[in-house]
Amino acid sequence: MSEHEYTPKSKVGKWFNDRLPLLTLANHLTDYPTPKNLNYWWTFGGILTFCLITQIVTGLVLAMHYIAHADMAFSSVEHIMRDVNYGWLIRYIHANGASMFFLAVYIHIFRSLFYGSYKSPREIIWIIGIIIYLLMMAAAFLGYVLPWGQMSFWGATVITNLFSAIPLVGEGIVTWLWGGYSVDNPTLTRFFTLHYLIPFLILGLVVLHIWALHVPGNNNPIGIDIKKPSKDTVPFHPYIVIKDGFALLMFMIVFAFFVFYTPNILGHADNYIEANPLVTPAHIVPEWYLLPFYAILRSVPDKLLGVIAMLSAILILAALPWLDTSKIRSAVFRPLYKQFYWILVADVLILGYVGAMPAEGLYLLIARIATAYYFLHFLVVLPVLGFKERTTPVPLSITEPILGGSPNLATVKKKDSFKDQ
Amino acid sequence: MKNFFRISFLIALFFGFQFNSNAAEKVEYLKTDWSFKGPFGKFDRAALQRGYQVYQEVCSSCHSMKYLSYRNLVEKGGPEFSVEQAKAIAASFEVKDGPNADGEMFMRPGRLSDKFVMPYENEKAAQAANGGAYPPDMTVLVKARGGGVDYIYSLLQGYEDPPAGVTLDDGVYYNKYMYGNKIKMSNQLSDGLVEYSDGTNASVEQMAKDVTTFLMWTAEPHLETRHKMGFKAIVYLIILTVLVYFSMKRIWSRIETKV
Repeated sequence: MSEHEYTPKSKVGKWFNDRLPLLTLANHLTDYPTPKNLNYWWTFGGILTFCLITQIVTGLVLAMHYIAHADMAFSSVEHIMRDVNYGWLIRYIHANGASMFFLAVYIHIFRSLFYGSYKSPREIIWIIGIIIYLLMMAAAFLGYVLPWGQMSFWGATVITNLFSAIPLVGEGIVTWLWGGYSVDNPTLTRFFTLHYLIPFLILGLVVLHIWALHVPGNNNPIGIDIKKPSKDTVPFHPYIVIKDGFALLMFMIVFAFFVFYTPNILGHADNYIEANPLVTPAHIVPEWYLLPFYAILRSVPDKLLGVIAMLSAILILAALPWLDTSKIRSAVFRPLYKQFYWILVADVLILGYVGAMPAEGLYLLIARIATAYYFLHFLVVLPVLGFKERTTPVPLSITEPILGGSPNLATVKKKDSFKDQ
Repeated sequence: MKNFFRISFLIALFFGFQFNSNAAEKVEYLKTDWSFKGPFGKFDRAALQRGYQVYQEVCSSCHSMKYLSYRNLVEKGGPEFSVEQAKAIAASFEVKDGPNADGEMFMRPGRLSDKFVMPYENEKAAQAANGGAYPPDMTVLVKARGGGVDYIYSLLQGYEDPPAGVTLDDGVYYNKYMYGNKIKMSNQLSDGLVEYSDGTNASVEQMAKDVTTFLMWTAEPHLETRHKMGFKAIVYLIILTVLVYFSMKRIWSRIETKV
């Protein structure tokens, strides 16, 4: 996608590249013109790639020692923790890696929301991203079932039971999912199979996600279209590689802290009790990264409507490029949107908090208000804001605000004349 | 960059809040100084050996330890009994083996490779012998309870007479740290119950601390390795991060843009 045609220097290279243009691809990836004003919130794409690879590699090793059988799964995990060389390390990296993966993906998503990265011409990148996020949630849920502890078993029971809300065929679907009349060995073996499959689907979608990104190029903090390559861009290598590398290392320090010093803090103690179909835990709570959606599910009194609300909360994101009617991408130039953005962040954090609390009394009331606001943000605030908001002047290029300090009014486009190419 | 750190801090704060709210229990657990806490925490070898003695003489008549083998008692980072001591411990148990050439099961003395012998044949037998309550396996017990070591340590010392108005069924005891305050295990520890070979005074508090330390080790046998490796890994990462930071500054200085 770079302007000039690349030709390898060596004869062999040329021969190979004419038949399979891998060298052209490598050249494209290193030369890829990237906006030079990307801030650290843009480093999470690289961090997420690292997370995915870490999960796949540690997962492969775990799968060599794990036994997907209801009678042996729990003890095989203990075998990994005790007798497999560095098994404890691999398992703790994998278990905490899931949390770190979600931490990074939430930052990545909210980065996109702030800077309007989902808007034209990047809708496809965004939608692929939402599918990846959905698959991540599925993989995380399936993976949490595998150690066959109490939370595994009862979490699986609660989540699979959601399908029973579907009219007429619901019960049949649940039986089909379980492979029996309750969560049992057939459920465990199929969950293991699917847990192994999904990361590779995600990997494929990540390739598409990056491919789709490389067509229009990166968005940037001021959200304007830039010429590529130009003095507004830098080649991906070495500039972005080293910056992503630096951010990744800082991320790894946090990651290592969890793995080595508080490896179980993000998990639930009950999952160290072997699954027992006869004893229900006092509170069944999902992992922290699913809590906001769990809160939405429980805030609706009707089971079917609750499930619909929960699914809509995720799927509504896919419609975001069309719900947000503003032509201006970056919140930097949208004084009102900026405020609503932070209200949404607070709203999601509140949902996460009440999701961990029992669904009663004040917590339930807060959950309901927060759920209502969540949908209000996407269905009312965003569409209306695009028409009503008075945006501040947008600079013409990246270099201009950097060199001149504040944007020079003489060289800026007014909102009305700002068009997406 | 400043903004980035500010927001990261807020996220960290939120997480801290979450953990606190998860850990929020109504009762305040008894506190003691655990040698294994903190980034440089190590097990107190003598406490582990005494703790094993308490487990063996008091707990093991009801509570199994099914993921532990006698060989683990020798391993580094654990009680580190000598091989001879551990062999003698293993040999003091009768292990069911077989079938032999005649197709018969037979009993033989335990070996280092054997798993800890279970007090009961199966869960049903354990329940039958304990008034319907199953004494939980102790191997990962401290990780399976919200309060962790503090909870176990407190529970062992939490027996008191029930307050007025609380009636207890036969075989149920009052413990102020137990969830719901009712427990089917009677008070097990009393001063001088075991005779420590190292001469330590076997007070209830001492035994509770020793056996809880032992249970922490059975749940996390690689804790010491983990702490040591974690320190090295994080120091290494910090040094590398600093180096990469200055390389980044250098590279970006070519185009005079602040990073």
